[in-house]
Amino acid sequence: MSDNPIKIMIKSKLLSSITQTLRGIGKRMTERIWRLGTGTRLFFLTIFYSGESFKRFHLTLREIYFTGVMSLLIIVVSAFFVGMVLALQGYNTLQKYGSSEAIGVLVALSLVRELGPVVTALLFAGRAGTAITAEIGLMKTTEQLSAMEMMAVNPIARVVAPRFWAGVISMPILATLFSMVGILGGYIVAVPLIGVDDGAFWSQMQANVDFRADIINGVIKSLVFGVACTMIALFEGFDAPPTAEGVSRATTRTVVISSLAVLALDFVLTSFMLVI
Amino acid sequence: MDRTTIDLWVGIFVAFGVAAMLGLAMKVGNLTSSKIGPTYSVTAAFENVGSLKPHAPVKSAGVVVGRVDNIVFDSKKYEAVVTIKIDKRYVFPKDTFANIYTAGLLGEQYVGLEAGGADDTLKNGDKITQTQDAIVLEKMIGQFLFSKASESKADSKTEPSTKAVDAKSGRAKSTELGDAPF
Repeated sequence: MSDNPIKIMIKSKLLSSITQTLRGIGKRMTERIWRLGTGTRLFFLTIFYSGESFKRFHLTLREIYFTGVMSLLIIVVSAFFVGMVLALQGYNTLQKYGSSEAIGVLVALSLVRELGPVVTALLFAGRAGTAITAEIGLMKTTEQLSAMEMMAVNPIARVVAPRFWAGVISMPILATLFSMVGILGGYIVAVPLIGVDDGAFWSQMQANVDFRADIINGVIKSLVFGVACTMIALFEGFDAPPTAEGVSRATTRTVVISSLAVLALDFVLTSFMLVI
Repeated sequence: MDRTTIDLWVGIFVAFGVAAMLGLAMKVGNLTSSKIGPTYSVTAAFENVGSLKPHAPVKSAGVVVGRVDNIVFDSKKYEAVVTIKIDKRYVFPKDTFANIYTAGLLGEQYVGLEAGGADDTLKNGDKITQTQDAIVLEKMIGQFLFSKASESKADSKTEPSTKAVDAKSGRAKSTELGDAPF
């Protein structure tokens, strides 16, 4: 009888901890859904206000320079090494089945269909996405965006839309460059280093890579990744709490969410493309 | 509008992109090789086309002379009708023989044309009458096993099959003991 109040206390403590956990989960979920809605609204606003980024195209050009041209080095170098490693690994396996001439097909198809768009998008999220988030987050922290609004300049039209279109334009170009440079890297390993026949390398590749089914689909993929990566980076920057910690967290989230979104979208797009 | 160095760099960037796209289209893809000039189409009926697909090459003496245009199923005769497009430069006699071959052991299937000796030539819309189906591996193995079984049935009266089983199990036992590393 005497330990009854204690029991009740323990029970109530347990109950409150459970409700607290549930409340935390619910809060997180509503927070996510809230952010998803805000992000979607920002996306449509960006599309709506993007007229100015084409009318004053030098704004977009500047951003293409910062997101696209400045990413060239990392894209080209990593494409080269990815292509070389693909050729080495592929040769090692194909040789067991006596079909080492198919190395060109292996390198080209895996680059054009998958690795080109996906690795480019991942590198792009790390190289350009973080820069966009940090820049816009800092603009917000230093109240440049509010200052623009005070001067009747729409920050979405002036800051967000040019960066969005720059990302969407840059990504397919970077992805095709990645594929081409990767294939050249694979060629350098396969033909002069390993000694696969030069003609067989290219002719088997041409016989098995379809322009519409493989190359165009790869470009479509990279276009979708471009929209996703850029939009996530822009939204995270736009939504970042105006503190140093907030900007740093937003930058981290950009990389994490972009990478996950790219990989998930890749699966969805591939399944659609294989069905059609 | 003033020209800036940024314009130059973006121009170079876009030019690189276009060049890579062209490279992919011309050097890697089949945009150039799939075009075979003006063609004429003929049909051929097969009982089984295996895994032949549209755009598969049509070869004669190992040279690509055309492509498979489409494959439809004829529900009256229960056979596959394959329409193939042959380059206008190549003329084949009317009694040309159409086979479905496989490139290598695991390669794709293609149509092989073997010219006959007739004076008339194939024209647009003609039908190749002499065809040979794709080889289905399961069917061949089935026939092989069937013929083997019928052979051994004839032999089994003289030689009991248990002997072979005994020999096999005996050998297995010996390797189990003899090849032990310790």
